[in-house]
Amino acid sequence: MATQNVARGGSTAVDKEGGESSTAVESRTREKDVVLIPAVDIFEDAHQIMVKAEMPGVSKEGLNVQADRNSLTIEGDVALDLPTGMSALYADLRSTKYRRSFTLSGELETAQIAASLKDGLLTVRIPKRVEFRTRKIKVEVP
Amino acid sequence: MFESLFSGFDTDSVFDEFRRLENEMVQLFGHSPWPAGIRAVGRGTFPPLNVGATPERVDVYLFAANLEPKSLDLSIQQNLLTVSGTRNVEVNEKAQYYRRERFDGEFRRVITLPDDVDPERVEAKYRDGVLQITIQRHESARPRQINVN
Repeated sequence: MATQNVARGGSTAVDKEGGESSTAVESRTREKDVVLIPAVDIFEDAHQIMVKAEMPGVSKEGLNVQADRNSLTIEGDVALDLPTGMSALYADLRSTKYRRSFTLSGELETAQIAASLKDGLLTVRIPKRVEFRTRKIKVEVP
Repeated sequence: MFESLFSGFDTDSVFDEFRRLENEMVQLFGHSPWPAGIRAVGRGTFPPLNVGATPERVDVYLFAANLEPKSLDLSIQQNLLTVSGTRNVEVNEKAQYYRRERFDGEFRRVITLPDDVDPERVEAKYRDGVLQITIQRHESARPRQINVN
């Protein structure tokens, strides 16, 4: 609530300076409410957990992958090639921001997380700590 | 107090271009007052698409990550644009899956464009997982300035 007031105060202030910038400030606050949830595949094998997330329209510059001991957050801003003065005729996507978070557990080596992005598909690899990797146990038959 | 805090950002001319882009993004992604078309489909259909228009052209954006452009089939008949293709999601047989939300298989979407598009002048490109199809509109349909003598 408090932040909303601040934003509104800001937009009126800008109004005085002139221009349509008040709508820009307001749309920025409005956009925060709608976030696209990227579709993901998550799978695990003996050494790692892999997350594959669909974020079409996001380039490397617009991508933000953050991890700490307990959570992984993926975020991305959609950047499109738009002609000047375009208006919408139809829209399935109603936001330009993707965001999704996952909780992580202690056996994961969060410092070693690696991410790559290709054609809007984000791949995040989270390795397991060595001591937690599944080992095949051989049964010795005497 | 807030005046100086916010105006410092918003009067900076460097941000003007960003603001314009942002406004257009909001336009494109905003709440459309148009009623749903007869060929409109429910939420969750793959791939989601947005359509934007200017007096000169119509742009269709299909949001489909990791496509093989060769697998796409685009056709246009009058003002009806059809996009179909296949997306194969590779499956790791040895892994244990927790979530499988990504679309796998064949897809097809039919888009009704404005009546004045020129089916002879269509371009398509694929970048960052977005297929952008640009269709020019007929010159005769564009708004023209009329001079009064």
